[in-house]
Amino acid sequence: MAASHPPTVPQICATFGNDPTRLVDIARQVQETYGHVGPASIDAIGRALRIPRVEVESLVTFYSFLSKQPKGRVVIRLCNDIIDRMHGFDQVLAAFTAELGIGVGQTSSDGITLETTACIGLCDQAPAALVNDVPVTELNSDRARQIVRELRKHMDPKQLVTKLGDGNNAHELVRSMVRNNIRRHSDAEGGDNGAEPRIVLSPHAPPEALRKALSISPAEVIRAIKTSRLRGRGGAGFPTGIKWEFTRAAPGARKVVICNADEGEPGTFKDRVLLTERPDRVFAGMTIAGYAIGAHEGILYLRAEYAYLRPFLEMVLQRRRQAGLLGPDLLGKGKHTFDIRIQMGAGAYVCGEETALITSCEGRRGDPKNRPPFPAQRGYLGLPTTVNNVETLCAVTKIMEEGSATFCEHGSKQSSGTKLLSISGDCLRPGVYEVVFGTPLRRVLAMAGAENAAAVQIGGPSGQMVGRDHYDRTICFDDLATGGAMMVFGPQRNLLEVVHAFLDFFADESCGFCTPCRVGTVQLKRLIEKVMAGRGEPADLETMEQIGRTMKTASRCGLGQTAANPVLSTLKNFRPVYMGLVHTDPDGYRRGFDLEGAVRTSETLTGRASIHV
Amino acid sequence: MANDISFTIDGVEVAAAPGQTIIEAAEAAGIYIPRLCHKPGLEPFGGCRVCTVKSNGRPCSACTQPVAPGMVVENDTEELRALRRDLVELLFVEGNHFCMFCEKSGHCELQALAYRFGIAAPRFDYTWPARQVDMSHPDILVDHNRCILCGRCVRTSRQVDGKNVFQFVGRGHEKRLAVNAEADLGATDAAVTDAAVGACPVGALLKKRIGFATPVGRRPYDERPIGTDIETAAARKE
Repeated sequence: MAASHPPTVPQICATFGNDPTRLVDIARQVQETYGHVGPASIDAIGRALRIPRVEVESLVTFYSFLSKQPKGRVVIRLCNDIIDRMHGFDQVLAAFTAELGIGVGQTSSDGITLETTACIGLCDQAPAALVNDVPVTELNSDRARQIVRELRKHMDPKQLVTKLGDGNNAHELVRSMVRNNIRRHSDAEGGDNGAEPRIVLSPHAPPEALRKALSISPAEVIRAIKTSRLRGRGGAGFPTGIKWEFTRAAPGARKVVICNADEGEPGTFKDRVLLTERPDRVFAGMTIAGYAIGAHEGILYLRAEYAYLRPFLEMVLQRRRQAGLLGPDLLGKGKHTFDIRIQMGAGAYVCGEETALITSCEGRRGDPKNRPPFPAQRGYLGLPTTVNNVETLCAVTKIMEEGSATFCEHGSKQSSGTKLLSISGDCLRPGVYEVVFGTPLRRVLAMAGAENAAAVQIGGPSGQMVGRDHYDRTICFDDLATGGAMMVFGPQRNLLEVVHAFLDFFADESCGFCTPCRVGTVQLKRLIEKVMAGRGEPADLETMEQIGRTMKTASRCGLGQTAANPVLSTLKNFRPVYMGLVHTDPDGYRRGFDLEGAVRTSETLTGRASIHV
Repeated sequence: MANDISFTIDGVEVAAAPGQTIIEAAEAAGIYIPRLCHKPGLEPFGGCRVCTVKSNGRPCSACTQPVAPGMVVENDTEELRALRRDLVELLFVEGNHFCMFCEKSGHCELQALAYRFGIAAPRFDYTWPARQVDMSHPDILVDHNRCILCGRCVRTSRQVDGKNVFQFVGRGHEKRLAVNAEADLGATDAAVTDAAVGACPVGALLKKRIGFATPVGRRPYDERPIGTDIETAAARKE
């Protein structure tokens, strides 16, 4: 195909049938083709799709990977999460800015844009960045300078990959330097070499699971999942079988299965590994779900940060179609039709929330929806929809393959099976671990080589921070519930810096729909900054707890309801850290008032300095 | 439709019709649930969260939650009063609200809620954001300093006026009200007769040249606290 004439905006819109529900795809492609979605493109899209231009603008300004302002041909997005900060983010950023001669958010004259971004799912090989779609890992300042010099020669991010990662990372359709870091218990010194359950991480996915599912009725499939007591692995832990039953029972002939691969919780990267190494398990799980609930269409919602996996995943889908595992007549049994399309995200943590994810699939800004109605009643385009996590669907495949009883042999009554953990931070062996529910935290830390940990963030920023006196607690839904992130902090770390980084993240990633989350995150961040600067008073801690409680109770979705957790859990478990920094002024002055800060603007405007006594 | 659903709000028996939300049923029964983004006739939004109640112990927004038989709703409790005070104070510190200079004073629902809740000054940190005033339209002004992102103008323009003058852009703390034009309100098809202009609960959308038609001191909320109309309408019926 001649590359001389890129498609015009109306042509791009036409590729998607001028369908407003594909606006995210359209905007992504305009961004990719023209480096931005500027005012003229916004007008053109609005005209082609027959929607108000402000609706297009609303979407473009919502997602981090879309932009109204022009960007360079190459965009470097350096991950700024706390784990990357602990591993040299500052030096790498300094090297990038020095070599490029620009600041964050700017574009060099030769067309390279530098940005920072929230977690890109590579905490086990931090510091990491995305260069357009290409992940570059384990950066240091030398490597950063080298990347810029190489880009200036060829402007081709793909050429930055010289050493390929393991497994499918080396596949010709992936060609990535990312490593899987799938760890085994026995990697640990003195670790037990006994039976290591491999449920989700089972090596291969024969078509057995789907064949078995199709040999029984949908109701029996749901019964098997209910018997397995499988609960959602994304964090909320809702029983999968019951979710399916609701969706199946909802009226309507057209239903939808969505796989949530918007793995955005900082510190989580296990879904990336499953998508790389076990895509057939994921797709088989979706197909089984489709058969069980009576859906003929599936959507894999893939986060923008994992776009480098898309060609590979499309190939796997195509291979499954050819093998009769997807398509008009599954396995030629005349029983069910099911196919899957990949919906790309465009950079928004909130889209991991299931109703926001659905809104995003509908081609709109990723605002969560009001509940009720629940997705099982009215989800994607108003159709009954079930949304399951990548790991949950892998477990579904295993349950179909080996039966519920085998699955239940592991774990406890409330938490059956295993859990994948993404472990990163101050540990010797960061990576992905599959542990049986009920495993004590202490044992997990030993496996990862993190015996010296002073604090562990369980479940990412939306989870909780626990200290040494919690290490005998266990990983399960009733105790330390987690979507899979485990960030380890050694004794040398300043926990308030961690809390601040998390609040910064939530303030940026809040969709802004509801008051408590939109304003509360900013207020909490300012209060933490005040405490860190030594200007905090004991009353500030009460204010933080008060705002946190209100956010938890009043926020519209899970993001806001958990966004105060970094503050609430450290105030509960690490209060002495705060108490050492706040003071009541003996003279009754309000130390919190920053007089210099308050008069700084007027000093600048008048050109006179105030006299402070 | 028959009021055949029975549930309680703070222990008071309330009859409701199927499909009604808690806030609608409460209002019909003369019980005021504080609110900002809710406006009768508009599709429920659930954004300000001021109408947060507990239904069978679980928090929810009364403007979006449908009634159900036997539902036990808590509304006027100390916990929820504190929560609503927080939300109103958060809105005050998020924007730039100077009631003493504002034409909407005495008509303003945000100010009126603050008075009803006994808020003298917010306990939170003022953020003093730099925001714009859009004077481009001949008859309407948009003061973003006062916008609380309730979406009433967005929904009214679409549902009542049959236009799409307003929509939100940006996200999180950068979210703001925008108009359906590359430039400003003057470039849209907004008209002073649009219901959207009157839908604003605060002074973010105002008609030009009619300031202070009612003197301060004799405006609705100067005389009676917000919500009184709902509470007394039912009393009169009895």
